[in-house]
Amino acid sequence: MHDQNIVEALRPVLKHKVKENTEEDIMLCYQCGKCSAGCPLIDEMDIAPNQILRMLQTEIPELEEKVLKSLAIWLCLACEQCYSRCPKDVDLPKIMDYLRAESIRRDLVNPKAKEILAFHKSFLDSVRLTGKLYEIGLIAGYKMRTMHLLQDVNVAPTMYFNGKLNLFPSQVKNKKAIKRIFEKALREEENK
Amino acid sequence: MSRIGVFICHCGENIGGTVDCEKVAETAAKYPGVAYSVDYKYMCSDPGQNMIKDAIKEHKLTGVVVAACSPRMHEPTFRKAVSEAGINPFLCEMANLREHCSWVHLKDDSTTEKAEELVKVLVEKVKRNQPLEPIKVPVTKTALVLGGGIAGIQAALDIANSGHKVIMIEKSPSIGGHMSQLSETFPTLDCSQCILTPRMVEVAQHPNITLYTYAELVGLDGFIGNFQASIKLKAKSIDHDICNGCGDCIAKCPIKKIPDEFNAGLGTRTAVYVPFPQAVPNKPVIDRENCTYFTRDGKCGLCAKVCTKGAIDYSQKDEIITIDVGAVVVATGFDIKGTDFFPEYGYGRYKDVITGLQFERLASASGPTLGEIKRPSDGKVPQNIVFIACAGSRDPAKGIEYCSKICCMYTAKHAMLYKHKVHQGKASVFYMDIRAGGKMYEEFVRRAIEEDDVNYIRGRVSRIYEKNGKLIVKGVDTLLDAYPVEIEADMVVLATAGIANEGSEELAQSLHISYDQHNFFAEAHPKLKPVETNTAGIMLAGACQSPKDIPDSVSQASGAAVKVAALFSKDELTRDPLIAYVNRCGPPTYSTCVGCFLCVSVCPYLAIEKEQIKDRNGNLIKEVAKINPGLCQGCGTCVALCRSKSIDIYGYSHSQVFAEVMALFNERSLENV
Repeated sequence: MHDQNIVEALRPVLKHKVKENTEEDIMLCYQCGKCSAGCPLIDEMDIAPNQILRMLQTEIPELEEKVLKSLAIWLCLACEQCYSRCPKDVDLPKIMDYLRAESIRRDLVNPKAKEILAFHKSFLDSVRLTGKLYEIGLIAGYKMRTMHLLQDVNVAPTMYFNGKLNLFPSQVKNKKAIKRIFEKALREEENK
Repeated sequence: MSRIGVFICHCGENIGGTVDCEKVAETAAKYPGVAYSVDYKYMCSDPGQNMIKDAIKEHKLTGVVVAACSPRMHEPTFRKAVSEAGINPFLCEMANLREHCSWVHLKDDSTTEKAEELVKVLVEKVKRNQPLEPIKVPVTKTALVLGGGIAGIQAALDIANSGHKVIMIEKSPSIGGHMSQLSETFPTLDCSQCILTPRMVEVAQHPNITLYTYAELVGLDGFIGNFQASIKLKAKSIDHDICNGCGDCIAKCPIKKIPDEFNAGLGTRTAVYVPFPQAVPNKPVIDRENCTYFTRDGKCGLCAKVCTKGAIDYSQKDEIITIDVGAVVVATGFDIKGTDFFPEYGYGRYKDVITGLQFERLASASGPTLGEIKRPSDGKVPQNIVFIACAGSRDPAKGIEYCSKICCMYTAKHAMLYKHKVHQGKASVFYMDIRAGGKMYEEFVRRAIEEDDVNYIRGRVSRIYEKNGKLIVKGVDTLLDAYPVEIEADMVVLATAGIANEGSEELAQSLHISYDQHNFFAEAHPKLKPVETNTAGIMLAGACQSPKDIPDSVSQASGAAVKVAALFSKDELTRDPLIAYVNRCGPPTYSTCVGCFLCVSVCPYLAIEKEQIKDRNGNLIKEVAKINPGLCQGCGTCVALCRSKSIDIYGYSHSQVFAEVMALFNERSLENV
């Protein structure tokens, strides 16, 4: 009984980690529901944005895990409609961003979100290598990760002839700066 | 011959939109006895009033009917206007064309016809109106304040500071009330005793205030400005004139295990006791129900032996005194509902399930734990505490249907005080809604949640049971689709409902004031007369009207004090003379009253007494009823009941009412019969 209390006391509470990393206080939320009411993706989400905050408020481990396993955190577009309308000024997109990172760290990513994650990774690969978005590289990376090899292939010729797909990547001048940014971010990630 | 003036008001569109006012004025001009008839857009406006005044002079009117809104709105306006034009104000009457006609009917010829008939009825009445003079009654400029809590204290001080005498009576041995039991107060968290005790001392020292503690009201007779209060001074068994409050008697008293009312039953007291250290007066009384001297025929007597002043007086008796007062402020406060009706919460079964008031005592520096939060069962500091709001409130099935208003705030305060004293502890609150309307209140609750990390869970607790020395509190989080929540608590605090005091029904009856279905005293009007009662001269202050927090109680008490001071600002009171009277005539009958005195038993104001008519030699001729004009409110109950029609009422006489009814029998109504 006694030991259990210590374990309980030492367990990192997710809402506290959110506060440390994003400076966003989840306890500010009083569950008015305005964020969910305005969210353009609410119909697709498995957990409504206000419910995600409520679940984190309770500090119940089971509910915290449910949040990290949810599809909703991956569907969030960070359009910031919720944040701009929140009466308590809670930066929900910022919190969602942290929850996505935490979900990856704990290996709890929702199976349906694997493609979204693949897209994120391919996008970052492109930026790391060229400093810019290299469309063909992004598409290739995404298709390799997801094995959706023939998806949207029919639109490729039209895009190519309209000049939307460059065969060779254009590069930024100061690639060292890009490198520094990525190194710094990865260092911070390791310290978490 | 009567010369009546009829003035029809359009009230903008209110009457004019539905009733053809011009036609009503034309018809009214033809009624017998009507000398002048006119319609106007706003009769209550200055030009409208001037029309009435000019017409009275020009047409030598002997009576006026204003057909407009309810007399409750503008009767005083028009009566004042006619008296300025030189005729008696009671010769002006109002026909209610708005509330009784235009607002409740559609635009139609029959609506205009009804308006004409309403005017006709009033014309017939005014023809028979008599000039009347207002009744004048003297005022005793002493106020009686019932209850020495914060509301009573505030009212007493405000009245006394405006230069009038105050008698304050308090049933317990000290003034201070519930506020003296509180630890800290929301939303500022200042110490309750620190802000209250200076006021208590001020009451005791004020030259205009006479304080009777350990006293109860046993009866109130009379009427506004002239009440007689009977007060029972319970025997204190100690002569307070001699006692110096040294406390030797308390130290030696062998009966030490009496549950302490001041500590809400969490501590014990002796049979001779002072309720709390800052009590006013700070002199003990002997609780005769528990003292061995009184329960076992004179055994013990230790206190008398140790008292160096010889102040102990076992022979004291309850004494009843009568005091004349002009006004009464009722400030008797409220009580906390027990939770025995909630067996699922286990109050009484589990020592560590306590009420909010008990938590106040635990958190108070003058309490049984000297301000440390220790649970009653084993004195351990609870590491996990649960507060349950609405424990009895908003529960029509088992508790009370109303919201007790103060619990949301004091629960937030309790959770905060706990977190301030037990930093590592966990505090959870189960609530249904958070009602924090008030200056800085919402911010206070948010502070508990955001800064002090109090875990608020929306949902009602289903039950509490004991398991392995923990209290298991079972509920759901309704904000999470009824996610089950089970908390292993060390202590549970129930925010029990605020209810009316025991015996408040009897008190209301002895004061002749109304009370609601929950036995709280009723105000005269929920919005516009919140401090007056239906009985003139009796005001309300504080939680005896409904559960209230300290700022509301104090505000209402000051309001009541102003009402009393306004009453005392005049040497005489005037009131409408629309009261009943028993007729008188010459010998040999003297009065048609046969002396059955049925009227005496039905009069709700106790205004009717027996009068003996005697001849010159003092021999009794006849016993008849007599109505006290100071007490009669003109309700007419006696008039309806009088078998010999000997009672009549000024302004609503039989002849007037019959004339009104007869006026309605015209050709059209007879056709319909």
